[in-house]
Amino acid sequence: MISFKNVSKQFPGGHSVLKNIDFTIAAGEMVFVTGHSGAGKSTLLKLIAAIERPTSGSISISGQNIAQLKPSTLPFLRRKIGFVFQDHKLLFDRSVFDNVLLPLQISGFDHKLVTGRVNAALDKVGLLKKSKAFPITLSGGERQRLCIARAVVHRPTILIADEPTGNLDAAYAKDIMDMFRSFHQVGVTILIATHDATLLEKNEHRILQLDQGQIAA
Amino acid sequence: MIHAWLTQHWHVFVFTLKRLVSTPVTSLLSIVVIGIAFSLPAGIYILMDNLRAISGQTAGSPQMSLYLKLNASESDVEKIRQRLQDNAQITRFQFISKSAALLQLQQSSGLMDVTSGLARNPLPDAFVVNTHDATAETLEQLQTSMQAWPEIEHVQFDAAWAKRLNALLEFGRTVVLMLAILLSTAIIAVMFNTIRLQILTKREEIEVSKLIGATNSFIQRPFLYFGAIQGLLGGMTALCIIALAIHTMNEELTEIAALYTLNLHLQHLSTSDNISLLFFSTWLGWLGARISVATHLWQIEPK
Repeated sequence: MISFKNVSKQFPGGHSVLKNIDFTIAAGEMVFVTGHSGAGKSTLLKLIAAIERPTSGSISISGQNIAQLKPSTLPFLRRKIGFVFQDHKLLFDRSVFDNVLLPLQISGFDHKLVTGRVNAALDKVGLLKKSKAFPITLSGGERQRLCIARAVVHRPTILIADEPTGNLDAAYAKDIMDMFRSFHQVGVTILIATHDATLLEKNEHRILQLDQGQIAA
Repeated sequence: MIHAWLTQHWHVFVFTLKRLVSTPVTSLLSIVVIGIAFSLPAGIYILMDNLRAISGQTAGSPQMSLYLKLNASESDVEKIRQRLQDNAQITRFQFISKSAALLQLQQSSGLMDVTSGLARNPLPDAFVVNTHDATAETLEQLQTSMQAWPEIEHVQFDAAWAKRLNALLEFGRTVVLMLAILLSTAIIAVMFNTIRLQILTKREEIEVSKLIGATNSFIQRPFLYFGAIQGLLGGMTALCIIALAIHTMNEELTEIAALYTLNLHLQHLSTSDNISLLFFSTWLGWLGARISVATHLWQIEPK
C-alpha cells in the first residue's frame, strides 16, 4: 500500500531530516511511528500526502510513484488519504458541520445527499450535538475529534494521524485510540505518529522507531 | 454527473452573491467604479452615433446644384438632362427653370417689389442633383467633371463640410477606442486587486482545501464567479448611467429644439449594444479575477 525506497529529505540549508528510509506498509495494516521530537515523524507523514517532496528515493502509494505525480493529479491522491493534522487546521469561519462537509464538497458530492454522511462522521466522534457550534467554542479534545471526523468523512483508504493525542489527558487519548482501532477493523490502512509511550503499552501493532532521521533496528 | 456539476456551479454562484451582499459598501463601491469606467467610452460612443444621425437628418443624401450659363438655350438644357440621366452616380435630379426660380424667390423672400422692378430675369436655369452616398473624394471628382461641361457656369457642392464632419467622427472614434482601452485596463487592475485581497483573507481556507485534495479549478471558481458577477453588475450600472444621462439631455434638447423649430432627439443604445456591453463587462471582470488568481494562488502551498 505504502512503500518507501531509500528516501531522504533535506531542507534548504542542508539540514538532513530523513536518511535512507526503507519500509513497506500492507493494505489494512496499522502502524505507529515513534521517536523524539525532531526525529522526522511529521516529515515522514507529510511525504506520504505529498505535502513535502523527497530529496531522493521513491515513494509509492497503491503502486503509484508520487515523486512523478503531476500537480494536476495530486488532489486525487490526497482524496484517498485522511489526514489528522497536529495543528488541526480547522476553519474557524464556519460551523462544525461545514468543516466536516468540506472534503465532500471538494470531491463534488451533491449537498443534499451528504448530510447523512456528515452526521454519521460527527456521531462517530461524539460531536453530533455540537454540529451547529463554531470550532472556537470547542475544547482541545473536541477539536481533535472534529479533525478526525473531517479526515474520515470521505471514507479514505489511508488514514494518517500526526500526534493525535498530544496535549490530551489519558481518558481522551484512550477514546481517540479506540476510534482508530475501529477504523482499522473496517480495513483502513492507518499510520499514527506519536511520542506518547503510554499509547504503545499493550500494543500488538508494528512500530517504526525513528532516531535522528533513520529507522532504528 | 452533469447534474452534480451544475449544482456545484449553482452553489458557487449563490455563495458568491452572499459574499457580495455580506460586504455591501465595498461591493457597491467597486461596482460603481466599474460602472463609471464603462459609461465614459460607451457614452461618447452613443453621442457620436447620435451626431451621425442628426447630420444625416439635416443633409440627406449628397446634393449638388448645377447653374447653367445665362445664355443657355433649351437645347443646352436638353443635352445636360441627357448626360445626367446617363450618369450612374446620380440617383435623381430636378430642373428649375429661371422663371420658376424667380417666382420662388419672389414668394419666399418677400422681395416682390424689388424683383418686379428688374428689366430682365437675372437668375440662371439650374439642376438640383442627388447622388449616391459616396466618399468626399468621389463627389469632388464628379463636381470637377460636371464643371468642365461647356454649358455649365458653376457647380456648387459643399465637400469641405462633409469632409470636416467625417474627420470629426473619425477623431471621435479614435477617442472612444483609446478611452475604452485605458478604462478596460483600469477595470482589470481594480478587479486584480479586489481578488488579491480576497485571496489573502481566504488564505487558510485555500491551504486546507489544497491539503484535503481540492483541485485548482475548485479553489479558483468562487473568485472567478466573483469577478464576473461584479463585472456584470458594473456593466448594468453603466447602462443605467447612460440611460439617465440621455434622458436628462433629451429634456434640455427638446427646449432648445423648440426655439429653433428643429426636431432634436437623442437615441438610446440599441438592444444589441446593451447586450454586447454587458458581455464585455462580465468578461473583463472575469479576466481581472483570472489574472489575479493565476498570479496569487500558486503562492499558497500548504506546509
